[in-house]
Amino acid sequence: MFDFARFSPTRLGAMLAKEFIQMRRDRLTFGMILGIPLVQLVLFGYAINNDPKHLPAVLVSTSADPYSRAIVSALEMTNYYRFDHVASSAAEAEQLLASGDVAFAVTIPSDFGTRVERGDNPTILIEADATDPAAASGAISTLGTVASEALKRERGTDSLRAANQPGALNVVVHRRYNPEGISQYNVVPGLLGVILQLTMVMMTSMALTREAERGTMENLLAMPASPMEIMLGKVLPYLAIGAVQVVVVLGAAKTLFGVPFLGSFSLLLTGILIFVFALVLLGYFISTLARTQMQAMQLTFFFFLPSIMLSGFMFPFRGMPGWARAIGEFLPLTHFNRVIRAIMLKGADYAAISFEMWILIAFVTAYAGLALLRFRTTLD
Amino acid sequence: MTDDPDESVIDVTGLTKRFGNKTVVDHATLKVKRGEIVGFLGPNGSGKTTTIRMICGLLTPDEGSGTVLGFDVLTESLEIKNEVGYMTQKFSFYEDLSIAENLTFVARLYRLSPVSRYVDETLERLGLSSRRNQLAGTLSGGWKQRLALAACIMHQPKLLLLDEPTAGVDPKARREFWDEIHELAGEGLTVLVSTHYMDEAERCHRINYISYGKMIAEGTVTDVVRDSGLVTYLVHGPRLERVATELAGLPGVEQVAPFGNSLHVVGSDPKLLKRALAPLAKRPELSVEPGETSLEDVFIKFMADSTDNMAENGANNEIDA
Repeated sequence: MFDFARFSPTRLGAMLAKEFIQMRRDRLTFGMILGIPLVQLVLFGYAINNDPKHLPAVLVSTSADPYSRAIVSALEMTNYYRFDHVASSAAEAEQLLASGDVAFAVTIPSDFGTRVERGDNPTILIEADATDPAAASGAISTLGTVASEALKRERGTDSLRAANQPGALNVVVHRRYNPEGISQYNVVPGLLGVILQLTMVMMTSMALTREAERGTMENLLAMPASPMEIMLGKVLPYLAIGAVQVVVVLGAAKTLFGVPFLGSFSLLLTGILIFVFALVLLGYFISTLARTQMQAMQLTFFFFLPSIMLSGFMFPFRGMPGWARAIGEFLPLTHFNRVIRAIMLKGADYAAISFEMWILIAFVTAYAGLALLRFRTTLD
Repeated sequence: MTDDPDESVIDVTGLTKRFGNKTVVDHATLKVKRGEIVGFLGPNGSGKTTTIRMICGLLTPDEGSGTVLGFDVLTESLEIKNEVGYMTQKFSFYEDLSIAENLTFVARLYRLSPVSRYVDETLERLGLSSRRNQLAGTLSGGWKQRLALAACIMHQPKLLLLDEPTAGVDPKARREFWDEIHELAGEGLTVLVSTHYMDEAERCHRINYISYGKMIAEGTVTDVVRDSGLVTYLVHGPRLERVATELAGLPGVEQVAPFGNSLHVVGSDPKLLKRALAPLAKRPELSVEPGETSLEDVFIKFMADSTDNMAENGANNEIDA
């Protein structure tokens, strides 16, 4: 029971004053208290958009008749499509779709104009990258009506003939890579990256900070161990733990969620290895900044938060404004998400994802450099 | 003592370390000969730990130069680390590892081979064999200290740096620790040990006194006491507390401290001190006789002088180094 007789406002005041002094002294925690809500507000408020517009698309068209042009410009007018690629063959479009350079491939057959004029039912084919079903849905839903309207209007300008030729436009939509629009297919591979990101960075950053916090670092540095030996010795065990996590998540993806696995397993493992290596080095770098394990954890989360929101894991990457995408490009998780989704869901080969792989390697190099630069064999 | 340069294990001059605008160690010069046990004394925050860390390559000096075991203190810290044993002030082995696991780790870092032989011998030598599987974190202060020493000497260093090794250790363990240190020195190991304890200082061959980053005295205990120029009188009798109050502040009286049933009265000017004590000697119940100046009296004087210096400079006395 609450004992009022034993309760002293003076003592409570002493406790409160002490807590506030400690809070103020711990600059990093204080910064986090203010920083995290701000970051979240900005990210949620401005960057996140579940209905992405201006999605890159490739136009596969060999004819330049007015009807084709009308449909293309009408699609662009919806703001969903941005035709920044033109392909002359289906294979070329396929490659662009697989590598993730475009979200849509719009194919207008070469006989499109003729069929319109003949009064046949003209057909256009729209292939959407449906690995993220939510991202593509808005663009797909507006498609049929917009295209038909455009065609009608174009015919209308062609005065008399249009009136007696009611050939309806036939829009064929292929939801590629995930025809049933199952969101787990998108989420589960992404989760592997998120889980690795959280555990690898946190464990590594705390492992080294623990040495500093407990005073064992001084002893370690007084003994003849080189920075490289200490770094690798600290980092490699967590690579092994990461491997266990990979097995668990990929196993669950297959057995529990039935996520398709189209691409090369060894290519995926290579990508995962590079990613995990980048993460443990990032953790190591954080540990050279943090003085206590608490700070290491806070810095880990400070990095984790934008990673989860701006990497395309939770919200469509293409739905974000340019500045948010730019931040996203500097997060390893963004590139890992692209790699794993491309390999698992699209069956992408090395050629399609080599660019993203090299970016991940660049992260490894950069973090290793930063970590070694910051790490001192002295206590200065 | 010979002046053979080969015999100098530590030979550093002008070592200076600044943290921000605080000069923690200010042009410290230190020479230690092979096989010597040198005490490193000074009040808290005087720069003892910082100096030791510079000697073993954990901190880079801002100024100064010199050699440790013949290696350049500025550029050859890896070579120095290989041949130095450094025992940190705070226990800095892994508390979640057992004694044997800690020693194995250290042995492998120094690439000792075969590891198990080194570990077993070290455990045996320090009487830790029966506790080899005990977690280091569950050891008492005395045993932790033994473990730390064991780990520091396993690779047979030529120089042992001990930073307040006996803080918080009971007298018996301290005695055993010092016996061990003397035994090691007898085998040719050179030891630099920082301490606050006067009895430990007296166990050293030579002492160096550092105060607010400056080396202010050096030599054997007898040398340091003599060089201080202090004169001590002992006052015996009843109600010494009142006598102490009377004496405090009189010209010539620099320290008045009760020691059991007597009062130590210390000053650096014999004439003034005698004059101050003359009235007491006339009282029948009191006896005044010349006494021996202790090392502690000398240190109190050093500390008093240094504090004044710092106060004039308006410097912050809370240097934690």
